[in-house]
Amino acid sequence: MNYNVNEKGYYGEFGGAFIPEMLYPNVEELRQKYLKVMAEPEFQKEFNQLLKDYVGRPSPLYFAKRLSEKYNTKIYLKREDLNHTGAHKINNTIGQILMAKRLGKTRIIAETGAGQHGVATATVCALMGLECIVYMGEIDIARQAPNVARMKMLGAKVVPALSGSRTLKDATNEAIRDWINNPVNTHYIIGSAIGPHPYPDMVTRFQAVISEEIKWQLKEQEGRENPDYVVACIGGGSNAAGTYYHYLHNPDVGIIAVEAAGLGVDSGESAATSVLGKEGIIHGCKTLLMQTKDGQITEPYSISAGLDYPGVGPMHAHLAKTRRAEFMAITDEDAMNAGLELCKLEGIIPAIESSHALAIFEQRTFKQDDVIVVSLSGRGDKDLQNYIEYFKI
Amino acid sequence: MNRIKQKLNEDKKLLSIYFTAGYPKINDTVSIIQDLEKNGVDMIEIGLPFSDPLADGPTIQDSSTKALKNGMTTEVLFNQLKDIRKTVEIPLIIMGYFNPMFQYGVEAFCKKCKEIGIDGLIIPDLPVDVYHEEYQTIFEKYGLINVFLITPQTSDERIRYIDSISTGFIYMVSSASTTGAQSGFGNEQTAYFERIAKMNLKNPQIIGFGISNNETFTQATQYAKGAIIGSAFVKHLTKSGVNTIEKFIHAILKN
Repeated sequence: MNYNVNEKGYYGEFGGAFIPEMLYPNVEELRQKYLKVMAEPEFQKEFNQLLKDYVGRPSPLYFAKRLSEKYNTKIYLKREDLNHTGAHKINNTIGQILMAKRLGKTRIIAETGAGQHGVATATVCALMGLECIVYMGEIDIARQAPNVARMKMLGAKVVPALSGSRTLKDATNEAIRDWINNPVNTHYIIGSAIGPHPYPDMVTRFQAVISEEIKWQLKEQEGRENPDYVVACIGGGSNAAGTYYHYLHNPDVGIIAVEAAGLGVDSGESAATSVLGKEGIIHGCKTLLMQTKDGQITEPYSISAGLDYPGVGPMHAHLAKTRRAEFMAITDEDAMNAGLELCKLEGIIPAIESSHALAIFEQRTFKQDDVIVVSLSGRGDKDLQNYIEYFKI
Repeated sequence: MNRIKQKLNEDKKLLSIYFTAGYPKINDTVSIIQDLEKNGVDMIEIGLPFSDPLADGPTIQDSSTKALKNGMTTEVLFNQLKDIRKTVEIPLIIMGYFNPMFQYGVEAFCKKCKEIGIDGLIIPDLPVDVYHEEYQTIFEKYGLINVFLITPQTSDERIRYIDSISTGFIYMVSSASTTGAQSGFGNEQTAYFERIAKMNLKNPQIIGFGISNNETFTQATQYAKGAIIGSAFVKHLTKSGVNTIEKFIHAILKN
């Protein structure tokens, strides 16, 4: 079984490029060039240099001793939260800004939900001196004020998405419309492993540095490259794609994907796409998608803005369908408690997205000698207000 | 012969109108179609509303959202249209995004279109290649014409390819934009219109995006077989309701 993208842009039956003709020249240019550009030694050199000196990589692989004791197993945290800008998102934006420059683009657009990808994009645009426009749902702008301010300080223009539910899905629609209206000078930096081919594969390759590092870091600490499980939360699925990438074809390594159950998978207020979704087309790819029986895309819900997306990257849809990955759904409540637990046990305040991945230890038992690597995809500073309100701190 | 082909053979410039089914009111669909035909429109694109219309600007987005709130679904639209051929003769095209059709089942959707008397489909997010490889035989089985878009950025080579797959007309998007974004044509557009006209494609072209009045209609049809008005008509419905369609169409066709 192949879990990587095939030459036509599909992961099994998922993926492809379902885009209006207006976007064809841009997406086709990217498709023809992305692998060649990424393989250039100069590109690799610049990418790796920036990941090291600017992002602060490698991010530590930390053995969480007290957490491991509590759950009687061996838990390692891949500390993407320690990256510059506070999450894994910057790995991809560094890669894509270098790609955009090589394609001769001078104007950058992006979508953002909680604002993490928006901040990571605004950051690399400032670094490279490129114009940056970030689309963000009007509702998200109101509830993520600190990130809006950060983007503005970094020189980006934040444009409210006023259509539909005025959240991430609609911000993505607006970014795509912007690209249709500005086809020549603009590159669209998609923030997750979604969108038309080659985006899911390109984003995955930029995030693959996560599992590349896990391999040698684990070797140093445990004497072996392969953990028994890799665990990550999934909205669109970019941190998960990067965490799994080098283990996809290694049957010794179990893959656990953690979705947001919101108020409960059957509550009507959930974002557990692998359970609630059906095959469909969103934002340019065929994937699992939450929708009505008429094919209208429905509104997901999760307390975590980064997981509040009605689809999932096509690679993950394929991992779900083939059962290569074990999918779990974690409620708001369980995620929030797991987040607070990490604060108390390890002195780390995680992003609420990452807290979902940490919550699996209450739901599922592991063997005492199992080695489990959890992607701690982001830090919780951005979620302080949420934590404060939830726990009445 | 398919009604679209018959219409394209007529010795006149064609006016095609787009509207969103179920807007302004859920049951306006049939009367809007009848009124458009009565007032001299040559072809109609019935918009099947979608929650996330990527290629559309605010006007058609809003009408789609409203139509969905009004209760429009694929099934409701098919029911509304079931007797349409008893009263309407001009070509009817359903324009919509791929996901609702995909969920209905592409073959079931096409079969239903044939039963009703729909002549063609425009599906902006179904790429030519995917259509050609997976769905063309189904469309042909039910006598449906699938209409593809080209834009000023489309290469000559790709235009030739699209022309080879097309069997009705080519939908020529006037400029790099979503719907309803442009007003009037500049030199860049007319140069593009001329370039395409000189390519001698086997399929006639109909220009859409940016046509809103008599002036732009006349300008576009100097270079092409016809023109499509969408957002401007939907705006008119929003502002003036369904009882003044005659006035809108006559203003476009006044010459």
